[in-house]
Amino acid sequence: MKQQYEEFAWRIGGPQGSGIDRLANVFGRTLASCGLQVFGHREYHSNILGRHSYFDFCISPEPVFSHRETADILVTFDAESLCRHLLTVANDGHVLFAIDDADVPLDSLAFLDARLKQGLIATLAQMGQPPTIAGMLEQARHRGVHPVAIPYAEILAALAHECKLSRRQAGRAINTVAVAASAALLELSNELMIAELENVFGNAPDMLTLNTQAVARAYDFIDEHHGASASRPWLHEQREVQETLFINGSQSVAMGKLAAGMAFQTYYPISPASDESLFLEAQDAVPLRNGGHATPLVLQVEDEIAAASMACGAALTGARSATSTSGPGFCLMTESLGWAGMNEVPLVVCLYQRGGPSTGLPTRTEQGDLQFAIHAGHGEFPRLVLASGDVEDCFYDSMQAFNYAERYQLPVIHMLDKALASTSQTLPRFEYEDKNIDRGELFSNNDSQATPVARFALTSSGISPRPLLGQDHAQHWLTGAEHDAYGQVSEDPVIREHMMEKRMQKLQHILDDLSYEEKFCIYGNETARFTIITWGSTKGAVWDAVKRMAQQGIEVRAIQLRLLWPFPTEELTTLLADAAPLVVAECNYSGQLNALLHEHVGRSADHLLVKYSGRPMSGDALFAALQEIHTGHGLPRRVLYNPNE
Amino acid sequence: MSDKKTATRHSKSLFHSDRTNDWCAGCGDFGILRSLEKTLTAIELSPDQVAVFGGIGCSGKTPYYLATYGIHTLHGRVLPFATGAKLANPALTVIAVGGDGDGLSIGAGHLVNAGRRNVDLTYIIFDNGVYGLTKGQASPTLHYGEQTKAMATPSMLEYSNPQMLALAAGFTWIGRGYAYDVAQLCDLMEQAIRHPGSALLTVLQPCPTYNQLHDKDWYAGKDLDDTTGRLYSLQDEGYDPLVPADAGQATLDQKMLQCMGAAQQWDKRIPTGVFFQDLSKSRLLDPIAQRHSGYAIATPAQQPVCDEQGRPLACLDTHFETLSVRASNAKR
Repeated sequence: MKQQYEEFAWRIGGPQGSGIDRLANVFGRTLASCGLQVFGHREYHSNILGRHSYFDFCISPEPVFSHRETADILVTFDAESLCRHLLTVANDGHVLFAIDDADVPLDSLAFLDARLKQGLIATLAQMGQPPTIAGMLEQARHRGVHPVAIPYAEILAALAHECKLSRRQAGRAINTVAVAASAALLELSNELMIAELENVFGNAPDMLTLNTQAVARAYDFIDEHHGASASRPWLHEQREVQETLFINGSQSVAMGKLAAGMAFQTYYPISPASDESLFLEAQDAVPLRNGGHATPLVLQVEDEIAAASMACGAALTGARSATSTSGPGFCLMTESLGWAGMNEVPLVVCLYQRGGPSTGLPTRTEQGDLQFAIHAGHGEFPRLVLASGDVEDCFYDSMQAFNYAERYQLPVIHMLDKALASTSQTLPRFEYEDKNIDRGELFSNNDSQATPVARFALTSSGISPRPLLGQDHAQHWLTGAEHDAYGQVSEDPVIREHMMEKRMQKLQHILDDLSYEEKFCIYGNETARFTIITWGSTKGAVWDAVKRMAQQGIEVRAIQLRLLWPFPTEELTTLLADAAPLVVAECNYSGQLNALLHEHVGRSADHLLVKYSGRPMSGDALFAALQEIHTGHGLPRRVLYNPNE
Repeated sequence: MSDKKTATRHSKSLFHSDRTNDWCAGCGDFGILRSLEKTLTAIELSPDQVAVFGGIGCSGKTPYYLATYGIHTLHGRVLPFATGAKLANPALTVIAVGGDGDGLSIGAGHLVNAGRRNVDLTYIIFDNGVYGLTKGQASPTLHYGEQTKAMATPSMLEYSNPQMLALAAGFTWIGRGYAYDVAQLCDLMEQAIRHPGSALLTVLQPCPTYNQLHDKDWYAGKDLDDTTGRLYSLQDEGYDPLVPADAGQATLDQKMLQCMGAAQQWDKRIPTGVFFQDLSKSRLLDPIAQRHSGYAIATPAQQPVCDEQGRPLACLDTHFETLSVRASNAKR
């Protein structure tokens, strides 16, 4: 289907370890330097070298919210990538491939999933084509796809000669040749691309020379044999010169933490959460406005049990403390989470969801931990759960998470996922300078006050002024056992009741306190009855689909639930009162948000849209699903399906 | 130590808490508590400077009975909690306490990694061979074939050797005391606290309720011909545990072997005292302070976060710069 607005989908695939991610980033930054907006989506295997990975960019002059399921240009240099993605290339799209791969039989591709391989071979047989790359290309040509054969071996041999390198060394620039060839087809500036390569290879002059020459060779080849056949006029319109961020979700969360003055973070290596901690570890000291510098102490520890416990220990001293993990690690953190709830510790846990259960899909996305995050731990204790919907949310939510933790003195679970972590986007620079920092109520010792301090003194809000470990004259006790105001163990039934009430009343306090904007984000036509509600990273696809529905003249209201716990029942009851139809979209099997709506609001989806293949929903798929619902063909539960991701 | 914080000597320790203690009469824990209280007072620490972290079990309740920052954590997790506090506020004197089940069974992974980190904290294991609070099950320091009161059958598992474990894990101070020898225990506690790295002090602690095998009389050797008892001090016999800061590999190897030899002794002659002290090993706080120039000035606990108006102090311009792209209209 032809888009009605200016937009372009670019995809590169290749084996892991071949620099797909790096060059995709160079390409994304090149597009950004042209003043274009991009949304980048990355898929990869749980593997170090050799397995297939790919990277999508949706490119537009306007902000982009989601990836596309089709590609206008597919860039490949190995046979497997071509097989996996050729079917998703638009009918008038371009595919770049290695000229030498034409004779490769599909059977020989060891990593190609059996289901996909057999399907392709069967289809080729039906079409009377041989079960080879050449057969697939022929089939694609029939439906209008433009094949662009790249003589990689020849180009790399010339590069080796030119740069006085071995063939093997020059071979490392194959990704650059591929990306540059696609840029040439789009008539993008090679100078801008070289400038971005300088950013990446600035410290390695030999690599820079090789890659710069690779760009030149690729442009020469395309100019000579194909010209800028994929170019679009809107790609080259003059745009106001401005600066843009090109940032992914992990980086955005990390930057939010730096802005918030986070001083201590622990982690245990786990996909897809570690990227954030590694990014933080690599950062220079942060200059402070009042002079001096601050650097968060980021520590890799023995396991997630230690990660959460250690962050708790640090939080008790007054350091803004956090830990970042994914589902399997969060499982191990649950006992510390309960301790933090019991001891009213401001602990921030970033939970990057991935496909579960167990090891599940370590490098794929899912929104499968919502109910877990809300209920994790034994017994009942208050927690605040918020979920970021996009890369920008990641920054502001990450900042705000510390305010919540310290204001309400409880663990805060910041829900993220693999999709967000690996989404790279152009965005305006975040404005944090005027954001409020709230350290919550802290105990200040005046001489009249005797120690020990009643750490858990009963107050009307349930929040007691918090003394810190090491604060002068503020000795106090803490314990995971039920306790009295002084933190001494108590099994007195009345004290137990008072303490449960003290802690649990924070939930109502939060609901009363937080603004509407902190709980919800609404997009589209606010008065429309056709309502779609979502949470987390599915936001982008929903926004995209609603925008496209509006272009078709169908008004839809989209609601992103930002605060997941305590559950904003009251506002939702009002918001959803006249919703018709009510659509819920989320990336899990059972519809976990839908279940919460049913439980708390007494209203659940007329149409539940779910996806649990480990890949995020796209605007394309949601748009199609909304159209289906609009035309009265919606199902009570629909699985958004794409076998080619 | 500032003047303000210097403890004045009262008849009663500054660290004494009047909280009602619910340990069993005759429990070895009392000797450890008393020694800790005395030691903290003797080395002139102020309650403002000391944080005592407890695991779970009878021993884990120790923080309640001391008038200082007292944190009763989770079963097996006392070391990570304590380490987090120490790294965030290195000015604190951090002491972690727990039972042998807490440290050598459920918390064994943390024990190993606390050794690797070599952070300046003192870990005291109350070693009584049983899980007392859950009514006397076998714990890791009970030997194969031993059967305490509450056990239905003799232990089918071998003994975990805390000294050996600590040595292998990288603890840089390893000692053992006896709950009823308060004078020696105070001396060992003082050494452990003053040691600049990770210190493990195991205290043989009779559990009068559940471990009838290793009671006061057993340690006193009443069943033996030798009336001097089972326990002896390594230092009394001229044992030198020290690996100096400038020691080479040969010295380190020799001292480690010596520690293993002492750690293997049990039954009729049980060594106490300092088994090992290594000043040659790097401590986690050193590379941290090197990497983070501001660490010594503003530790995580003191890191300034916002101004008086509550606005962030962080200035992220250069950080954002590296994530930014400047748009250009250059055409090729």
